Amino acid sequence: MIYILEDAINGVLMGSIYGLTALGLTLIFGVLKVINFAHGSLLMVGMYAAYWAIILTGVHPYVALIIVAPVMYLFGYYLQDIVIKPIFKAEKDVREPITVIIVTTGVWYILDNLTLLIFGPTYRNIQDNPLKGKMLEIGEMFISVPKLWGFVTAVVTAAAVYWFLQKTRMGRAIRATSLDREAASLMGINQFKVYNVAFGIGTATAGIAAVTLVPFYNIFPSVGVLFDIKGFIIVVLGGLGSIGGAILGGIIIGLIESIAPQFMTATWTEAIVYGLFLVVLFVKPSGLFGVKYDW
Amino acid sequence: MSFLEVKNIDVYYGDVQVIFDLSLEIAEGEVVSIIGGNGAGKSTLLKTISGLMHPAKGEIFFEDTAIQTAPPEKIVECGIVQVPEGRRLFTLMSVKDNLIVGAYNSRADQYANTTIEDVYTLLPRLQERESQLAMTLSGGEQQMVAIGRGLMAKPKLLMLDEPSLGLAPILIKDIFQTVRKIADQGTTVLLVEQDVIHSLRLSDRGYVLEHGRIAMEGPAKDLLNDPHIKTAYLGL
Repeated sequence: MIYILEDAINGVLMGSIYGLTALGLTLIFGVLKVINFAHGSLLMVGMYAAYWAIILTGVHPYVALIIVAPVMYLFGYYLQDIVIKPIFKAEKDVREPITVIIVTTGVWYILDNLTLLIFGPTYRNIQDNPLKGKMLEIGEMFISVPKLWGFVTAVVTAAAVYWFLQKTRMGRAIRATSLDREAASLMGINQFKVYNVAFGIGTATAGIAAVTLVPFYNIFPSVGVLFDIKGFIIVVLGGLGSIGGAILGGIIIGLIESIAPQFMTATWTEAIVYGLFLVVLFVKPSGLFGVKYDW
Repeated sequence: MSFLEVKNIDVYYGDVQVIFDLSLEIAEGEVVSIIGGNGAGKSTLLKTISGLMHPAKGEIFFEDTAIQTAPPEKIVECGIVQVPEGRRLFTLMSVKDNLIVGAYNSRADQYANTTIEDVYTLLPRLQERESQLAMTLSGGEQQMVAIGRGLMAKPKLLMLDEPSLGLAPILIKDIFQTVRKIADQGTTVLLVEQDVIHSLRLSDRGYVLEHGRIAMEGPAKDLLNDPHIKTAYLGL
């Protein structure tokens, strides 16, 4: 019994990190109405940025946030501004611009292969970091310390993004644009600037997720793909565009992945995750925590 | 020097021409109505003035600045604010957030706290409802939010696109009284309406738009008594 509890706790911790990786995906979709296929690759770029920041400076992994989050914000901001915006303008009158989705797929391939070209296929990890392999012992339970840090970071990041969207001038402009682009521009909101900022924030959260992962996860050029697919499932489970839903959706996946192997072959967990994904699509397409709303 | 001057504009939806060589003028402090049936081009005209569409030919001047190529956010910055047809509220945001977003432009943003008090004085109902989601309000209240949101932008020229659309007659009266109050406080108002009697009664002047062209123009009183308007729009 105690093992199931231990697995559940570790599952919640890992799941919240999954949720954090999906946070930017759900935010970008909510505002741009575009599924960002490059999101996993942005996470991968963030992991490399964190890796080099930690290796070169030798600081505690979480200190790298100071560098990685703003760098990733700028990366996302200008990626949207330079690469995606022109396509958006060309398809201005389309509500869900398909060509933008194709462009994000292109960005995914370019980033992954560019990384492969520059850093090679080697699996990297940060050997001597203070969080590596650390366990917190509570009675007979062992809780992963780096995942606990990740959990706290995920909750704080989600809360911060939520606060930003609710309480700031730009946050309100982002919400207004996500609800009605044309009406928002009649309020004097430059929708393309809002897209830049939303994409920047989404990318920055991917960078934050990357920092939580590097203390215990391998870094390699195609690492993003693993989180990409999970991210899509998470945002559908949680409800597209819902910040809290992303974290909770992630936790559900984390729990399934950690508890199910107690009762069956571990490979079945994938089947359960995808099964749940399909059931949610059939029964509640707006997601478990999403608002029923015509995007 | 006029306040708003639209000069010989042609506007197209794709290949279809909707507005033909249209000109109009509005002086500061006036209340002007544009009336016309469905598909006459009224909404297109407003969208063109507020920069959501651009004319293929012709010019639009506001306070002597050409604005026909400016994007909507720049035009709001100049002081032309449109309350769009069908209200177009941010449905999943609270009434108060809808109003605050209205003051997004840099000219109005710094006054947001005082403007919202003025809006609440004009439309006390909104203060009662400020924390409710906009989608939960009744049609009349939603229209009030839309007008309040427009006022938050500190308009020099407020353009209202069919504010009475889909409302009960008693609410329509309220809406027009509100518009009158706004005009009395010194805001120039351009009103687009199908409700010919109400809108002409509170206006100084009117334009009649038919098939994308100005068919008639003149003081509102004259238009109300015009035999063509009586038969075509009032069914008398």
